[in-house]
Amino acid sequence: MDSIQYTTQYQFHGGIHPEEHKELSNQHSIGELGVPPQLNIYLGQHNGQPALPVVNVGDYVKRGQLIGRMQGNLSANVHASSSGTVKEIALRPVAHASGMNDLCVVIDTDGNDASEYLEPIADYASVNKQVLLDRVAEAGIVGLGGAAFPSNIKLMPRVNHLIINAAECEPYISCDDRLMRENADELINAIQCVQSIIGAQHCTIGIEDNKQEAINALLLAIEKQDPNNNSHFQICVVPTKYPSGGEKQLIELITGKQVPAQQLPLALGIIMHNVATALAVYRAITKGEVLTQRLMTITGKAATIRGNFWTRIGTPFDWILEQAKVNTQVLDRVIMGGPMMGFEIQKLDSGTVKSTNCTIFAETNELATSNNSLPCIRCGLCADACPVSLLPQQLYWHSKSEEFNKAEHYNLFDCIECGACSYVCPSNIPLVQYYRFAKNEIVRQSDEKAKASHARERHEFRELRLQREKAERAERHRKAAEARKKAAMQKGEADEKKATIADAVARAKARKQQSKD
Amino acid sequence: MNTLMAVVLLVLLAALFGALLGYAAVRFKVESDPIVEQIDNILPQTQCGQCGYPGCRPYAEAIANGDEINKCPPGGEAGVKALADLLGREPKPLDESLEESVPKVAVIREDECIGCTKCIQACPVDAIVGAAKLMHTVIADECTGCDLCVPPCPVDCIDMIPLTNNDLHHWQWPNPNSEPHSPFESEQIIPVKQVS
Repeated sequence: MDSIQYTTQYQFHGGIHPEEHKELSNQHSIGELGVPPQLNIYLGQHNGQPALPVVNVGDYVKRGQLIGRMQGNLSANVHASSSGTVKEIALRPVAHASGMNDLCVVIDTDGNDASEYLEPIADYASVNKQVLLDRVAEAGIVGLGGAAFPSNIKLMPRVNHLIINAAECEPYISCDDRLMRENADELINAIQCVQSIIGAQHCTIGIEDNKQEAINALLLAIEKQDPNNNSHFQICVVPTKYPSGGEKQLIELITGKQVPAQQLPLALGIIMHNVATALAVYRAITKGEVLTQRLMTITGKAATIRGNFWTRIGTPFDWILEQAKVNTQVLDRVIMGGPMMGFEIQKLDSGTVKSTNCTIFAETNELATSNNSLPCIRCGLCADACPVSLLPQQLYWHSKSEEFNKAEHYNLFDCIECGACSYVCPSNIPLVQYYRFAKNEIVRQSDEKAKASHARERHEFRELRLQREKAERAERHRKAAEARKKAAMQKGEADEKKATIADAVARAKARKQQSKD
Repeated sequence: MNTLMAVVLLVLLAALFGALLGYAAVRFKVESDPIVEQIDNILPQTQCGQCGYPGCRPYAEAIANGDEINKCPPGGEAGVKALADLLGREPKPLDESLEESVPKVAVIREDECIGCTKCIQACPVDAIVGAAKLMHTVIADECTGCDLCVPPCPVDCIDMIPLTNNDLHHWQWPNPNSEPHSPFESEQIIPVKQVS
């Protein structure tokens, strides 16, 4: 038997080594955060169309009951994360970078946590693939690595190579690490399940070399669950470098191939899933569990209790703050996600979402960016750090001067917004913010263009119609005139005037007669 | 004799190349975008007529014939700048008699509508539906916000509502360059750089 574990020989361009701070949260075993008194479940928390609420205010719901139904193909179901009464379905603050409100289902929990799960499918190998995909969609499973892309869509294609993303490259976050250490056996079964759905011959687990315990746990589990390695498992150890957990970066690290610009890994015959997603898919199929909780890292120096906890979807951040015994005297900011790609939670009464893998309660001066950005000195460090080999300086100039087509020409849309360029910038320029602004603006302008050309079409059609109507009217008049002329011709041209006069006289008489009657 | 040969040869060559060029000019003719088309593409197609022409295309034709480029309020400063870039003219501020307009949508107060069909006739993009003596309504998605339906209405039941788009789905990352209006507190920016 070949060695299952190996170290990659490939690398990707750029990357950075930020301080990790994973030890803040990865020292303790996984705990349960419990059920908060109120759940604030966001209906648009996944990639795609928001779910449509299917419960009414005052309804009693059980844990696992559907409260939002997916709309269209790119969408996901949303479920109640505990039992209780629906208090309201209204616009509430949500976990979103904008800090704005959107449609949420608010549930007052009753503490019983009564649950209602789906029928388990014990022998998934003998079941039609579509049944399994429907189950994954029904259970509302989305990519738990952070993108929240509906998983049933990503399980659909049939490819030869499955890559499990266990890199977890962002500082502070340690939920996948703890999950692998503690649930390795179940995880290996879960990965086999995903592998069988996709029909992949090979499966590579990509993991950073700073998680040796997790690697050992996985190796042991593979030995136990699949001693002959019939599933062709390989554990590819990649060097610790941010952003090795990016989809395209990890593929390059494992296979040495680059996913072409603007294309999916499918172009290389690869599909990638996150470890936590694989586990959620497995539990949805074999246990009938819908996605009502996820593993989340609670960390940051302001928090007294740190670690990884099973957290119900929709748990308000202010309740987490109490549970983690956060010292509010020193609390500076609350960040959802990591310090590289996360965002600040502006309203703490918003609830967690399916992609909330980490909450950082940062102390004053713990996480800061120097507040004065200086002019670009053209040092080129950003280009060295860019994992996508873009030219961040060029993108910056063009985004700043709003020459968006030039920015697009420099492949702005290949930027993964990892923040490596901002991190290395000695002038503290908020580069990623410029790119996000430019991307938004380009999309908005192209929408406007589409709308304008639609309006033009309608206007031109209207002009055409008016012209046609005018022509038709003229044609009618012409025909009527012709008919009159013809009639007159028959009576004889000389009689025409007389006939007209006689006609008029007759009409007048008839009218008089009528009014007399 | 040699001179004659040279002359004949040169004449032949000239005729040959002339024929070749003539053929190529016909065969490989490039259909270039006429300038009116390009101007029309920049104009916002609200068909509002504030420029003094009956629609965007007539104004595009007028610009091509030398009219000013600053008569389109819905296009705003950005539109003037794009036209200036295209035509190689100096960008200038919007005509003083016109104000830059915000995107709007027409809404008919339906219980007040008497069904006169006057607004339907005025709408340049057929965005109003209704029949004589029956209530009319505006298809909001098709409305360009041109105001043309407002004056003909005999009972003044049409309101122009500014499009706010102030919800999460229309939210955009703010421009970091517009410092004074930026909601970013600089120390709120992520990625963070200093981790203590």
